[in-house]
Parts: sequence; structure tokens; C-alpha cells
Amino acid sequence: MVNKIWSTFIIAGIMFALLTGQFELINRIILESTKASFDLTLQIFPVIALWLGIMNIASVAGLLKRISEIISPYLGRLFPGIPKGHEALSLIASNIVINMFGLGNAATPFGLKAMKSLQTLNKEKDTASNSMVTFLIINTGGVTIIPTTVISMRMMYGSAHPTEIVAACIIATLISLIAGISIDYVIRKRGQKRA
Amino acid sequence: MLNFISELMIPLLVLFIVIYGIYKKINVYDAFVEGSTESFQMILTIFPCILAMILGINIFLQSGLLTGVLNFISPFLLSLKVPVEIIPMALMRPISGNATLAILNNLLRDFGPDSLIGRLGSVIQGSTETTFYVLTLYFGSVGIKKIRHAMWTGLAVDLIGIISSIIIVLLFFGQ
Repeated sequence: MVNKIWSTFIIAGIMFALLTGQFELINRIILESTKASFDLTLQIFPVIALWLGIMNIASVAGLLKRISEIISPYLGRLFPGIPKGHEALSLIASNIVINMFGLGNAATPFGLKAMKSLQTLNKEKDTASNSMVTFLIINTGGVTIIPTTVISMRMMYGSAHPTEIVAACIIATLISLIAGISIDYVIRKRGQKRA
Repeated sequence: MLNFISELMIPLLVLFIVIYGIYKKINVYDAFVEGSTESFQMILTIFPCILAMILGINIFLQSGLLTGVLNFISPFLLSLKVPVEIIPMALMRPISGNATLAILNNLLRDFGPDSLIGRLGSVIQGSTETTFYVLTLYFGSVGIKKIRHAMWTGLAVDLIGIISSIIIVLLFFGQ
């Protein structure tokens, strides 16, 4: 799927640019993409280093395991594939909680670490496990309660009530989150029947 | 108030984890450095994914193809009474976080944050995620190639999120 989308983007984009005669533009886009990706990587590198460090303190101190035991009864239902008290569950929880506060950058390292942990439980290493798919659907649905960036942009442009959109955001997020979890659940059930 | 909580979140989290580590009598400094070392490995694995993603997205977005598609479908959207100005943002949302933020910035500047379009843009931005980025990064970091129904479910969820944003904003702030 990623392969198809990626090649469609590239083929359609380059063909369109060539057919409309924008040779110089498409040349520049391709070459500048390397710099843009390097800049982005440099930007997130220290953030990842910071949070992996902090996370390791929590892990060595046994905090992650403790959190996992507490939330297992609740979050565990969404992730039947993860054994009780497994570290993956607390990493998923940390990622979700930090995302809720609109701190996407800080949440990413926890998410990547959660994927790594889920991969150790995964039997087919090149295929996404049920837990991984569920986790990413929750993540792509968004769980933000406080959209920090949006609020600060609204403030910048002089909104009378920068935070008035928060309730609407939460409702829209909830609707898409429930929809995502339901779609995933139905597909999983159908897959089980077939197997 | 909500912003205040959000700002406090990171300092409190760091403070709590360090105090918890000391309480459990572990060497917090050593643990931090040890964990942080792992970031090199992680960044090496995700760099190729980021490069591939940015290359594909930039070629697609900046070639002008999307503008062409938009001109083509806008009469249809006009008849649905959806503010056309919001469509580029909605289409871009699952693909590129930076591009969406740039569009939102322009919408807030041109129409004002308290206009219908400004509010609609804010809610779409605040209630959805950059699906494409999350999927390529997270799956790429552990070398998963077959992602099963994750991609299209993620995109369906984005679509549902955007449609509900439009309906909710019209209900809350309509007229």
C-alpha cells in the first residue's frame, strides 16, 4: 500500500510537472527534498535522544511496568495480543497521554519505542501485528485534547477566544477515534473467522 | 487554563520520572545516558523513511498537480455548500503536517481566526493526525513491510474526522 501510494505520488507529480513544462521546478523539488529531510531528521534527533533518556530512567526504575499493570485491565482490551504487564502497553499509554496534550514531538519517541516493543512480540517480522495496526489507527485518528499549536496560532492572529474550538476538536476526535477502533475491530473479527 | 496544563506537562513529567528513579535508588544519570544512546540507532533507521516520504510528498504537492485536481472538483464541492477554501487543507491533512499548518496559517491570516473558515481549519487541524507520516515512520522504524488494513483505515478515519469537523463547526458556529 505504501509502495503504491509512494510510486503514484512520484510518477504523477513528475509526469504532471514535465507535461506542463516545469523542468526547472521539478529538478529543484527533487534536489531540495534531500535537504528538507536532513533538516527534519536533525530537528527530531535531539528530541528523540532526550525522551529515550528520560524513558529509560522510567524503564530501569520499573515505572513503565508499574503503569502497565495499572492500565492493563482497561487498555488491554484494545490490545488482546499484548501479555499483561508487558512494557509495550505502558509505552502505548505514554504515547497516547502525551499526544492528548498536543505534544506530538515528545510523543513520537514513545510511539517508536512502543513499535519496537510490539515487534518483539510479533511472529511475522515483515507483517504488521494486530496490536500494531490498532495502535497506529488510534494514533492516526488523533487523541488530542489540547491542540497546543492551533491555539497558539489563533492567539497570534488575534482571536477573541483562541480556545473556543477545543470542545469541537474533542468531539470530532472522539468520533473518528471510535470509528477507527470499530473498523479495526470488525476487520479483525472477520479475519479470525476466515482463519 | 488548558494551555497552562499543556505547558506544565513536560516539566512535571521529567521531574516526576527523575524523582521516581531516585526513590527506587537507581543511577538516574547513567540510565538517562544509556537510554539516550539508543537514539543514534533509531535515527539511522528512520532517516531513509523520512527522506523517501519527503521526496514523494514534495514532488506530489509542489508539481501543481493538486491545484489542477482542485480546480477540477471545486464546482462539485460548491454545490455541497462546503467552503471551498478549506478543501486544499482537508486533502493535504493526511499527507503533510507542515503543508497543512502552512495552509491553516494563511486561512487564519486571510479570513481571521474567528471566521467560519478560520474555525473550521482550526478544528480540522486540532482533531486529525498526519496519517501518512505516522504510518511510514512507525512501520518503517521496525521494518514492517506488509501493513495490512492500517493505511486505508487510517485514511478513512481522517475522512470521517474531517467530515465530522465540518458538521460540528457548522452546528456550533453556523450562520
